[in-house]
Amino acid sequence: MSNAISRAFISLGNKVTSRIWRLGFASRFFLAIFLSSGTAFRRIHLTIREIYFTGVLSLIIILVSGLFVGMVLGLQGYDTLQRYGSSEALGVLVSLSLVRELGPVVSALLFASRAGSAITAEIGLMKATEQLSAMEMMAVDPIARVVAPRFWGGVVAMPLLAALFSAMGIFGGYLVGVQLIGVDEGSFWSQMQASVDFREDIMNGVIKSFVFGVIVSWVAVFEGYDADPTAEGVSGATTRTVVTSSLAILAADFVLTAFRFRGA
Amino acid sequence: MSRTTLDLWVGFFVAIGLAALLFLALKVGNLTTSSSGETYAIQAKFDNIGGLKPRAAIKSAGVVVGRVSDIRFDAKDYMAVVTMQVDGRFQFPKDTFATINTSGLLGEQYIGFEVGGDTEMLKPGGVIKKTQSAVVLEKLISQFMYSKAADDTEKK
Repeated sequence: MSNAISRAFISLGNKVTSRIWRLGFASRFFLAIFLSSGTAFRRIHLTIREIYFTGVLSLIIILVSGLFVGMVLGLQGYDTLQRYGSSEALGVLVSLSLVRELGPVVSALLFASRAGSAITAEIGLMKATEQLSAMEMMAVDPIARVVAPRFWGGVVAMPLLAALFSAMGIFGGYLVGVQLIGVDEGSFWSQMQASVDFREDIMNGVIKSFVFGVIVSWVAVFEGYDADPTAEGVSGATTRTVVTSSLAILAADFVLTAFRFRGA
Repeated sequence: MSRTTLDLWVGFFVAIGLAALLFLALKVGNLTTSSSGETYAIQAKFDNIGGLKPRAAIKSAGVVVGRVSDIRFDAKDYMAVVTMQVDGRFQFPKDTFATINTSGLLGEQYIGFEVGGDTEMLKPGGVIKKTQSAVVLEKLISQFMYSKAADDTEKK
């Protein structure tokens, strides 16, 4: 009996210490990426290749989901607003919810599952097939050659994807609200312009999406680099990338939003 | 895939990403109208500002001529001190009357300038003397109820 209890405590303590261990390693890894990112900028085609894989190939999913999210916002927003006789405020509702929250958050979640998981699987498989060790043998730093370009590619792609998501969503809201339902076009745009502030709303969204880009890319490259070099380990690491980065995005979104409203 | 086509795609991606940002800034946001030209500060004291917030509009004849930049509480005379940034192109007379209005029944509150006849103009840093507080709907209703009740008792 006492043996079972002590074993439970040992496994609990073991779990906690291993989490803290991983966090420390992840922080050191984050620093190492910055210290060895010189190559990622000097040999810019490495980073450009990664922007292609993370950004350009995510375009379709981002644009289509942005369009549909905006269209749903248009329908739902109109349904609620017309009860209060203020359906002209539809543009405000669609644009503010997209620019402030949905654009950065939803595109970061999509980015984590579309690009982040791919990065983890790629780096994890490189590790499993000992390509990373082979690079070290040839005196090529795998962090500089493999990890840093992927990290910076994700950081560059994410704000652009979020901006595209928001723009596409507003277009979707316009299609449904103005073209389909028949909200007045002039008041749709002019009320939107009157209440969306460039610094307060749009720049806030850009900052958010930049932070999310750092989070997703960091989690993705770290999980790949830290994966157990087996088929099972790589699949587990890919799952952990999606779960961890999604949770981190939502938590960071709360913190960033709280900062914004405290500052105002 | 050769390197040039890849570069083309990335360039295309970055270009449309920046175009989306530009669209957000110019078409969705109010970057074009808000930060144009110089402004000067004037202050006004109100008994009650109601729900007025920083960045609320200042309108004269219905046209936006500035924005509220700061709202403070003056502990000496227990009044709200509102600092406003007014567009440098417009000058207002010294006896301008500042009122807090509401756009629509439930809309945002803004400061309205009703221009007086003074020949002297407000200088940067000047203070508006004549102000009217925000209309608090509950007060109006209770006044109406009291006067109604008073009428009824008189009739009896």
